Amino acid sequence: MSSVNPEELKRLVCAHIEDADVEVNCYSGDDHFEMTVISASFAGKPRIARHKMVYAALGDNMRQAVHALALKTKTPEEAAA
Amino acid sequence: MSDSVQEQIAEVVKNNDVLLFMKGTPQMPQCGFSQRVCAILQEQGVPFAAINVLLDPSVREGIKVFSDWPTIPQLYVKGEFVGGCDIISEMHEDGELATLLAPLKEGDSKAA
Repeated sequence: MSSVNPEELKRLVCAHIEDADVEVNCYSGDDHFEMTVISASFAGKPRIARHKMVYAALGDNMRQAVHALALKTKTPEEAAA
Repeated sequence: MSDSVQEQIAEVVKNNDVLLFMKGTPQMPQCGFSQRVCAILQEQGVPFAAINVLLDPSVREGIKVFSDWPTIPQLYVKGEFVGGCDIISEMHEDGELATLLAPLKEGDSKAA
């Protein structure tokens, strides 16, 4: 099973979600990650849709290298609140 | 992926108002994320059914396809997918979950 580093996950999200501001940390071993994604493209979308956008960006990593992902998704307005 | 697994999942989702697909059991969760969602549901005081996906690999993979969601736990309320651990935690903190579950709480005289 391949491993993946936080920078690679960040790159994938930034490549797929417009104007994404991404913070990724590894919190256990090399396959448990926590990620916060801030993007204006989340505006008006329910949480499930936002998370699916991030999962889609991560692609096969979600089935393989990433064992756990604690995810927060916010718009710039929500992040500033 | 056999269609019968998808049909079985659809059936159990339809028949349980609050249903959690999790790793382990509410008494003995096998994963921190599943444990957290169980604790939240218990704090909400709502009865829920739980399915241990570790007992059946076809359900473990099948629920991901059914929900189009890559991770477990997964919570269903009244047949609707609500989310995984992060979403449930956020909804718990901002009160949205209490509103969603209010009609389903034990001892609610309005419950059918």
